[in-house]
Amino acid sequence: MSETKYTAEHEWITADGNVLTVGITDYAADKLGEIVFAELPAVGSSVETGKVVAEVESTKSVGEVFAPVDGTVTEANDAVVDNPELISDSAEGEGWLFKLEVADASVLDGEGFLTLDAYKTLIGE
Amino acid sequence: MTDNATTPPKFSPLHQVHVDAGASFTDFAGWQMPVRYSSELEEHHAVRNAAGLFDLSHMAEIIVTGPESAAFLDYALCGKISTVAIGQAKYSLLLNEEGGIIDDVIVYRTHEHRYGVVANAGNRFAAAGALASRAAEFDTTVVDESDPLALIAVQGPNSQAILEALPGLDLPQPVGELRYYWSELGTYDDGEILVARTGYTGEDGFELYILSRSAEKLWHELMRVGADHGLVPAGLACRDTLRLEAGMPLYGNELSPQIFPAQAGLGRVVSLKKESDFVGRAASEAGAPADARVLVALVSEGRRAGRSGYAVFAGAEDGDAEVGAVTSGALSPTLGYPIAMAYVDPQFSEVGTELFIDVRGKRIAATVTALPFYKRKA
Repeated sequence: MSETKYTAEHEWITADGNVLTVGITDYAADKLGEIVFAELPAVGSSVETGKVVAEVESTKSVGEVFAPVDGTVTEANDAVVDNPELISDSAEGEGWLFKLEVADASVLDGEGFLTLDAYKTLIGE
Repeated sequence: MTDNATTPPKFSPLHQVHVDAGASFTDFAGWQMPVRYSSELEEHHAVRNAAGLFDLSHMAEIIVTGPESAAFLDYALCGKISTVAIGQAKYSLLLNEEGGIIDDVIVYRTHEHRYGVVANAGNRFAAAGALASRAAEFDTTVVDESDPLALIAVQGPNSQAILEALPGLDLPQPVGELRYYWSELGTYDDGEILVARTGYTGEDGFELYILSRSAEKLWHELMRVGADHGLVPAGLACRDTLRLEAGMPLYGNELSPQIFPAQAGLGRVVSLKKESDFVGRAASEAGAPADARVLVALVSEGRRAGRSGYAVFAGAEDGDAEVGAVTSGALSPTLGYPIAMAYVDPQFSEVGTELFIDVRGKRIAATVTALPFYKRKA
């Protein structure tokens, strides 16, 4: 497993080979309030960088999840569809959203992907 | 609404209490108010099943005094206030000349010639200003007392037991004898307190108007005696889902200066039987245009809720007509399915009508139902 990376859209990403695991950050989950609904991309679907691929909703608001890179969805976390509160309880753990197979995971070392420290600076922590 | 980048936020006299309790805050009409303490769902369920404690100190309290106060309020508001008894409360509306809604208010008659008008925080100056200008021809005085007053609400089925357990609350009659939409003046912490059996949650409950200096003491004492009754601090997030389930309109969502009361289902609040004139009377008598949209309640299946601003369509196909827009919506914590309020063209407002809400590109079926979505057992 590589170092976890973050985006300005409050997503986290880890890479295992060329398979990325994507979720929303604890910070984003806290700002949304308790998650009561999650819609995830279909397994096998292709996703395009920057496009909305998943949605999480609290009673008060909607959070859109963007594809961090181009890729193919290999897995969606059915546990969060059945129990959306998993995202509130463990956004950066059991509350992961989906896995993406990508051409080259080294894109995470490029621009737009933040280290934990850089992400903390972004959210003012 | 002013730009808050240049306006410093306002803080409740209970702000530090909320910080200490670990609350998350949100901007509400320029105020930093608790949106939730831990879980808005747990807070919601606590109010339905036990009790919740709300800080509503951002609300505006406007005091009206003088021998012609009743006649003045009959003129300034659309309801008949002069028949409200001492101790009684009444929901009313402040209309503009065009018959639209400047604000919705609760009027408490506390004395022969003294009334408290409680307005929304975001409309504080609009409401106080309209009242003051309408008072010109009357022997009455309008004073905005919002700053020195705090408002704490205890809401939920255990509210009465909690108030009965509160030490140091001196009231002329026991709270148990207070009827819904009645209030009484008493003493707490060597100061005046108004205890009112009113609220915005659809549950039994009380609203406590008190001097800001006593707010912390009252909050802590209520939390202490409420511990045995399941009382939890409750934020604005659950207040919104509670009022939505109870079918209560929210200013800015369901009510605005462009909306006639009749469109919002509040026609009964406008007293056209009142003999005297009131601001907005002529427009109210003429009524809203026949094709004006009306407020409806919508229920859907699944878990995906329509939200404020989402378009409502007559059918599921691209070519089907857009017939309205959602004003409030959420996955109902109590009912477990999505609920929404929306303004729709009148021919689509009948209970049972099948409509569709455009939820970010997907049309979700929604059925018109009767308000409220949730009603407590008597």
